[in-house]
Amino acid sequence: MSKNLRITNNRFIDQTSKISFKFDGKTLYGFKGDTLASALLANNIHLVGRSFKYHRPRGIMTCGSEEPNAIVQLGKDPSMTEPNTRATEIELYEGLEASSQNCWPSVNFDIGAINNFFSPLIPAAFYYKTFMWPANFWKLYEYFIRKSAGLGKSPSQPDKDIYDHRYLHCDVLVVGGGISGIMAAKTAAKNNLNTVLMDDKNTLGGTTLFQQNECFKINNSYSNEWIKKEIKTLNSFKNLTIKTRTSLAAYHSYNYLLARENLTDHLDLNEKKDKIRQRLWKIRAKKVIIATGAMERPLIFNNNDRPGIILSSSIKKYIDYYGVKCGKKISLFTNNDSAYETAISLNNSGVSVNSVVDIRDKTNSLIVKQAEKLGIKIHWKSSVVNTNGYKKINSIEIMKLSDDNTATVGKKIIEECDCLGISGGWTPRVHLFTQSGGKLKFRDEDNVFLPDKSELDQISIGSCNGDFELDEVIKNSVKLTNNFLKVNNNDYENLEIISSKEIDKKNIWLLPSDIPLGKTKPFLDFQNDSTANDVKLALREGFKSIEHVKRYTTTGMATDQGKLSNMHALGIIAETAGVKMGELGTTTFRPPYTPLTFGVIVGRNVGEFFDITRKTPMHDWHVDKKAEFENVGQWKRAWYYPIDNENMHEAVQRESKAARDSAGILDASTLGKIDIQGSDVSEFLNRVYTNAWSKLEIGKCRYGLMLNEDGMVYDDGVTTRLSENHYLMTTTTGGAANVLSKLEDYLQTEWPELDVYLTSVTDHYGTVSICGPNSKKILSKVIPDLDLSDKEFPHMSFKNALIDNIKCRVMRISFTGELSYEINIQSSYAKSVWEKCFDAGKKFNITPYGTETMHLLRAEKGFIIAGQDTDGTMTPVDLQMDWIISKKKYDFIGKRSLYRSDTIREDRKQLVGLLTEDPNEILEEGAQIVGKTNKQPTEMLGHVTSSYFSPNLNKSIALAVIRNGKKLKGQKMFVPMKNKTISVTITDTVFLDKENKRLNA
Amino acid sequence: MFLINCPYCGERDQSEFSAGGEAHIVRPKQPTELSDNQWAEFLFMRKNIKGVQFERWNHSHGCRKWFNMVRDTSNDKIHAVYKMGEKPPIK
Ligand SMILES: [Zn+2]
Repeated sequence: MSKNLRITNNRFIDQTSKISFKFDGKTLYGFKGDTLASALLANNIHLVGRSFKYHRPRGIMTCGSEEPNAIVQLGKDPSMTEPNTRATEIELYEGLEASSQNCWPSVNFDIGAINNFFSPLIPAAFYYKTFMWPANFWKLYEYFIRKSAGLGKSPSQPDKDIYDHRYLHCDVLVVGGGISGIMAAKTAAKNNLNTVLMDDKNTLGGTTLFQQNECFKINNSYSNEWIKKEIKTLNSFKNLTIKTRTSLAAYHSYNYLLARENLTDHLDLNEKKDKIRQRLWKIRAKKVIIATGAMERPLIFNNNDRPGIILSSSIKKYIDYYGVKCGKKISLFTNNDSAYETAISLNNSGVSVNSVVDIRDKTNSLIVKQAEKLGIKIHWKSSVVNTNGYKKINSIEIMKLSDDNTATVGKKIIEECDCLGISGGWTPRVHLFTQSGGKLKFRDEDNVFLPDKSELDQISIGSCNGDFELDEVIKNSVKLTNNFLKVNNNDYENLEIISSKEIDKKNIWLLPSDIPLGKTKPFLDFQNDSTANDVKLALREGFKSIEHVKRYTTTGMATDQGKLSNMHALGIIAETAGVKMGELGTTTFRPPYTPLTFGVIVGRNVGEFFDITRKTPMHDWHVDKKAEFENVGQWKRAWYYPIDNENMHEAVQRESKAARDSAGILDASTLGKIDIQGSDVSEFLNRVYTNAWSKLEIGKCRYGLMLNEDGMVYDDGVTTRLSENHYLMTTTTGGAANVLSKLEDYLQTEWPELDVYLTSVTDHYGTVSICGPNSKKILSKVIPDLDLSDKEFPHMSFKNALIDNIKCRVMRISFTGELSYEINIQSSYAKSVWEKCFDAGKKFNITPYGTETMHLLRAEKGFIIAGQDTDGTMTPVDLQMDWIISKKKYDFIGKRSLYRSDTIREDRKQLVGLLTEDPNEILEEGAQIVGKTNKQPTEMLGHVTSSYFSPNLNKSIALAVIRNGKKLKGQKMFVPMKNKTISVTITDTVFLDKENKRLNA
Repeated sequence: MFLINCPYCGERDQSEFSAGGEAHIVRPKQPTELSDNQWAEFLFMRKNIKGVQFERWNHSHGCRKWFNMVRDTSNDKIHAVYKMGEKPPIK
């Protein structure tokens, strides 16, 4: 460590605890309390990255979240490495490893820097203009652009860190722990309000914490001493929660805010382990006080981007807080008083200040007089017209400004320096205010956007509200807070405040140079490398809207969202276009205020907690039998049960054959089940299904089709009348929740007069389905005293029964076309009933089958699956299910839509069967169907919706939707695939047992 | 993220609710009597205005009740909530 860059300063930095870290592979040392940036500066390292487009050397420019240049890759572990972090915000810890981004092979020798010499050829929107054509060259361009532009590397392994989410409710949330925030939080807490104070730094106090200057005193103490006492008093409030290292990321409507708390980022590597790294606070505050302060603006002049050019206030923080000298011969360049605070601080710490270059004519404020008294040289009415030095600034060129400020005059002075502090005035941090929907107003006097109107219960106080002088900050913050909270805290009423007043203000957005504008490099957006010239070019090319100029030049579109550059971009646009800045408006600041990690956004919702997994009561049995599972919504459903290395096709063929030849058993527990009770249920069912329900007898089941009001098939299922006023409806597995919501909606809003109550009972019952010619024999062993004769228990009927004294419901219904029974029993008994059925069926080779076989079996029968053969554009008529539409019913959901001009078109897509010319050829689901192959392009007439090889028919079968398909029965069509064309014939949708004999086999 | 005052449960976070489109569109009592245009008016046409709008909301992760809301779509301000079947408290 270059010791001569540290001053002895024990106020904030523990200079006894040395910390070692690595930057670009080199081991360096810093102290506890340093940021990576302050430690690098203490090691005389300014050059930390390369710019995006020209690969110009760039150095640390700020000390906070607005940093555009010092963007580093943190950590090497492939699961934990983090790109695009700001060295100015990273607290130094033992074991920290960081490296420069956007440079190759190294930050000191960068091949992309050749772009800098070609820069006249890389104007605004260079990439848009150059890489437009030919389009198929994009693959090449992209490779080239990405390699040379690469903004950091994302981790390649899953994040090992733990993240957390928590809710927080409070009366008052104060954002920002500077002087205004501290006073506001204390006022709220004192008045018994449940208060939270947040700050993104590791300590409260803001810039006042290290303000030790004769020109800023409160009650005869330096302001830093006064604020320290105030901070101490905060600890006595039990109703005040202080959260440091917590960055407010987003401010949404109804005072809903998101904040990220860093819990372990500052800890040594070995202390981080097994702790929650970051926490996302979801805050609902009754009142919000924004006290986020202001940030210093840069100045826009030729070559204003060299390493060693730093915001003046940051130089002050580095010397006063971190005890780090940013240089040994520092020059300052300003348009306002604040650079003089820096000059005095440097002077007091023994750093020689070359001079202050001030664009103003002359000013006599308290602080300027003090600087003059200390012998600091000032170049009045002057500007820096150029800087020199490639990897680090080594001199500046100073010239006088002409009277109209548009040119420079007189002799050029060359001043040697190793650091230049710049100050272009202050920009209130109104980001959160605008995020919350607040409207801004423009103050011409010092060119700032200020909070104006807001719909929410919130205020902005302090410098984010445009108060920049100590006495005004205190006076106005106290007044605003008292009014806002409707309290009267007079703690701060009679403070004696000394505060230097800025008397003269002057601003030039783009400073003139002795070199013509086209040949200069006045950078606006340091991270995205756009200059004032780019913005002017965009205006010449006809762009007018600020949002368009921003996108065209990419000004303000880097990871810092243009925190430093936006005001100057607006200023230059307004000036060039001859409009007022207030009328031009500003671009939108979007959340998050600073980037968030993906980890903190998802919190604990990773891995097995990513989504809910629903398992049936028989799930473990399927697992034991080595079933493969498929996801159906949140459900895990047994897909097929492979035996002895069978693949899926082999297993499904075996299962399908067994179910038709003897017996199969299916877990149907996932089907949606809605218990419906009330005296108007039959009327209700009449209105929601297309067919008639009034005559359904007790103990009988009926299949129903449900439409949307637009006439399109929505869901289907069987409903059973259990008793006079008690029904059980089943829905598709995926549609269960939506069907219940839809039915509730109609009941509550359209038909509140109906006496009907709906209860979801999907999880309450397990469902065992046995099918096949031997199913009756098996069931008779499981429930011996149930009369299973066709007369007593015909198809589409239901019986209450007992299995080992446990009540169950048995339905004789079929989705396979086979003789089939479904046993519904309380979930906790479902697995044992399943096992009972399986044992009873062993003699008949009962075969468990999964969803794939179920789909195959129903396709043989031409039964649809809502959601697979329908897609929200199919009417029952399109499905050739005209038989299920009641002609007698006056109305049901969707009825009127069935004869709209569009739904009665004869050439709609209709469901048909397909048989391939080669019976062994299995079509791909989703494949397109065409009528001709000799002409291209040819019209696509439809597509395959379901396709299987049927072992029971020994041929390939498919369902498809084809335009005008109903009338095309028997016609040949073609399914063009990548390397062949498959010939098919349109058939009926029912492939097996058209007479339904098997139901009663 | 709104804070919604469910008429049955009180103030709850927006994440408990789902929006159900424009309110006070009554399903015609006799759809069969309507022309294609009249039916299409009911089925498809919605105002989608910028400003004060009457909307249906469902407390889907709460009491499951449907209710109406008067909301200004330009600033998300909720002016009123009221039960199904009740007259809007604001015009
Ligand atoms: Zn509710």
